[in-house]
Amino acid sequence: MAQHQIQVKVNGTDHKAEVESRLLLVHLLRETLSMTGTHIGCDTTHCGACTVLLDGVPVKSCTVLAVQADGREVTTVEGLEKDGKLHAIQDGFWQEHGLQCGFCTPGMMLTSAALLANNPDPSEAQIRQAISGNLCRCTGYVNIIKSVQYAAAKLRPEAG
Amino acid sequence: MEPRTSAAICGMGHSMKRKEDPRFIRGQGHYVDDIKLPGMLHMDIVRSPYAHAKILAIHTEKALAIPGVLAVITGETLKGFNLHWMPTLMSDTQMVLPVEKVMYQAQEVAAVIATDRYIAADGVEAVEVEYEPLPVVVDPKKALEPGAPVLRTDKAGKTDNHIWHWETGDRAATERAFAEADVTVKQDMYIPRIHVASIETCGCVADFNKTDTHLTVYMTTQAPHAIRTVFALVAGHVGLSEEKIRVISPDLGGGFGGKVPVYPGYVIAVAASVVIGKPIKWVEDRMENLQADSFARDYHMTAELAAKKDGTMTALRIKTLADHGYADAAANPSKFPAGLFSICTGSYDIKTAFTEMDAAYTNKPPGGVAYRCSFRVTEAVHAIERVTDVLAAELKMDPAELRFKNFIQADKFPYKSALGWEYDSGNYKAALEKAMERIGYAELRREQAEKRAKGELMGIGICSFTEIVGAGPSKDFDILGIKMFDSAEIRIHPTGKAIARFGTKSQGQGHETTYAQIVAEELGIPAAHIQVEEGDTDTAPYGLGTYASRSTPTAGAAAAVAARKIRDKAKKIAAYLLEVSEDDLEWEPGKFSVKGAPQKSKTIQELAFAAYTNHPPGMEAGLEAVDYYDPPNLTFPFGSYICVVDIDRGTGEVKVRRFLAIDDCGNIINPMIVDGQIHGGLSMGLAPALFEEISYDESGNISGGSFMDYLVPTAMETPNWETGKTVTPCPHHPLGAKGVGESATVGAPPAIVNAVVDALSHLGVRHIEIPMTPEKVWNILREKGVAE
Ligand code: FES
Ligand code: FES
Repeated sequence: MAQHQIQVKVNGTDHKAEVESRLLLVHLLRETLSMTGTHIGCDTTHCGACTVLLDGVPVKSCTVLAVQADGREVTTVEGLEKDGKLHAIQDGFWQEHGLQCGFCTPGMMLTSAALLANNPDPSEAQIRQAISGNLCRCTGYVNIIKSVQYAAAKLRPEAG
Repeated sequence: MEPRTSAAICGMGHSMKRKEDPRFIRGQGHYVDDIKLPGMLHMDIVRSPYAHAKILAIHTEKALAIPGVLAVITGETLKGFNLHWMPTLMSDTQMVLPVEKVMYQAQEVAAVIATDRYIAADGVEAVEVEYEPLPVVVDPKKALEPGAPVLRTDKAGKTDNHIWHWETGDRAATERAFAEADVTVKQDMYIPRIHVASIETCGCVADFNKTDTHLTVYMTTQAPHAIRTVFALVAGHVGLSEEKIRVISPDLGGGFGGKVPVYPGYVIAVAASVVIGKPIKWVEDRMENLQADSFARDYHMTAELAAKKDGTMTALRIKTLADHGYADAAANPSKFPAGLFSICTGSYDIKTAFTEMDAAYTNKPPGGVAYRCSFRVTEAVHAIERVTDVLAAELKMDPAELRFKNFIQADKFPYKSALGWEYDSGNYKAALEKAMERIGYAELRREQAEKRAKGELMGIGICSFTEIVGAGPSKDFDILGIKMFDSAEIRIHPTGKAIARFGTKSQGQGHETTYAQIVAEELGIPAAHIQVEEGDTDTAPYGLGTYASRSTPTAGAAAAVAARKIRDKAKKIAAYLLEVSEDDLEWEPGKFSVKGAPQKSKTIQELAFAAYTNHPPGMEAGLEAVDYYDPPNLTFPFGSYICVVDIDRGTGEVKVRRFLAIDDCGNIINPMIVDGQIHGGLSMGLAPALFEEISYDESGNISGGSFMDYLVPTAMETPNWETGKTVTPCPHHPLGAKGVGESATVGAPPAIVNAVVDALSHLGVRHIEIPMTPEKVWNILREKGVAE
């Protein structure tokens, strides 16, 4: 199988790797780079456990080839915390009990963080719509929505 | 209940933020697939495309020729070690890998071991299997007809597909009561096969060390100790001995009962590691998970109620046919082949009851597990809550009024049910009254009448369920002979901090927080200072694990009792240090003080230090305790749920407009976590009511075998759950708690069905089978002439 040299910036750090054409981005992250915060929950692009940001846009990394990420920038859950300070969405999930088993959580947080980057004050319906590609089997979503609202409030400039 | 401890201590009743969350929100959870060991190999599984077929040959040469493929394991390989069959928890047998024939689509046929997961998958593609298809039996009714092909030809002398018959109650008295009744109703209902579909699938890393012959298995299991014992029993003859087996259940991405059984993949991985001497990772994909792992439910029930004209229920009779697939691999306590189904008299004072059940083999995967339910309680509650509404319709009575008429009254507890359970406590009337008041029941009924007049379809459904959880008392409850106690071991360190270890295993329930809060409640040590550990059989005390809402009733109780043993010893130390008699001391959370002289006191931290530095002469040093808690009875959480639905006449779509859950789980340890458990449980009740089903065509081909067609609800379909509570403490649990993880999964489906049927009741609809898909509902609308 053909091998390709790729360079991907993950959470601000450049990584070079030689990969097979068929290697999925999620496996590049989990296996090659040993960043296991991005999870795998299905094989049909439905669950969203593998969601990462590719150039700021949420994608399901089980459905992106590693070679497609060449020269681009990936943000994973490991990149949310900056300088020892939790991202507001992480704090929101903690404060509002937005997670139980934690398996969907990295994907949920990245999808939500991308939503808030584009829409600082989403309605409940907009939050539901935004996370509808991410399945959670534990929480019933009620507290996930509250978590996103918590983060939205915290991120709004007037909140300081 | 107001918390007794300060926010700094954070005992019971505080909504403490979860102690496990800092790692999860950073992506630092540690799940099975995150484990990477030096030299680790990967396993992938060849699966059968047929539901029933003879295996003529397995050709492995092409697979073995792929660089990186190291071995292909077949049934013949395992047969060499006598490991090709294994016992199930219900004293049946199931194949690890087949030698002669396959019994369901997606059954494991061979396993490929390779250097990485992509090459293992290549190897799976390259294995060629020759099959000769055999006649397939999918319908359990047909399976029991004379002349049906006998599936379990491995069982000498087996001439049919019948597994067992089970019955309980008084058949003759029930028949009499039905004969004498003013009114009787009868309803067939089917609860389809469903799957827990935890977002993390199942898997393991088996690591056998050839030098010291130790086996470590990192495994997605809700019951690590039981698994260790099972491995020792099943593979003792190949040299695995229990002291050399360590099962570690790391963070679990949901369990819900699906991670109780021992699946063939685990056993093959262990066998492969023993043979090859390298760590082997096996993680199933979603399709394997849905198609081959234990299913839940699959009960064909006929429920009948007898009543007086005024609505007083006089007798209940339920007949059930259980489809177990090709092996009875249910995860029930040994003496209960039908689980706790006999809770089916529910919240009602029904004096006479009888229920019987038969189980059949079919060409489907084995099971069934208790999908977030205490062993068939979901099925039982569905039957009674549905047939109650059928009776209400027959009597033209409001379903709430019928329930009030028949509830077991609060002063009747402890209550002995017709089928033999002693309900510990309850106040069913209070819960339903509260639910009706909060949701505005009378107003909703008015609105419904108005809408009906305009041709709009709106329904209100009630479910007043009683659960039975916390298995269980050792006189009746065991799994493979091991009694269903659970355990806690608490050690207080000299500086007053503590570690507590348990025989259970959280899958998202938040044990690291709630158990710490229990210890904090009893000892006054801040919960923040208590480290909770579970899931490692080398360090945790023996326990039966987490399922059936048993952790709080059993291990939670063990934590309280162990903490009280520690407090008793601390009291002796306090008496010694303060030079008073123990009787002169009084306890408040965190310290003992001298009665009448509160300035003379010793904190638990001071006493912990003294236990190691200045303990009384003649006393053992140290401050620790263990408790193996054998519950005196089960616990009986209950609740009343009300669901409001609107039905789209154009599409048949059911929209859950409101859903209110009033739960009573006794005293609450962490209200935030309890609420979260209820939200999640409600969603797992919504799912089978409206969306989820695994079904098979005549050839045994699965539908619902991937997330393409197994419809796990997203945030779009899930309503904004409303919750509330009443508190009726459990009289026999040391903390008065009952367990809550599953109430909502049990209570939600009948509430939703009752609402949908209620919306259509004026058209003569009495029952709808779940899942109530738009197609199913639309066909009813069309038949009744109201489809748009
Ligand atoms: S793993 Fe399920 S969408 Fe990617
Ligand atoms: S927290 Fe378990 S799947 Fe979402």
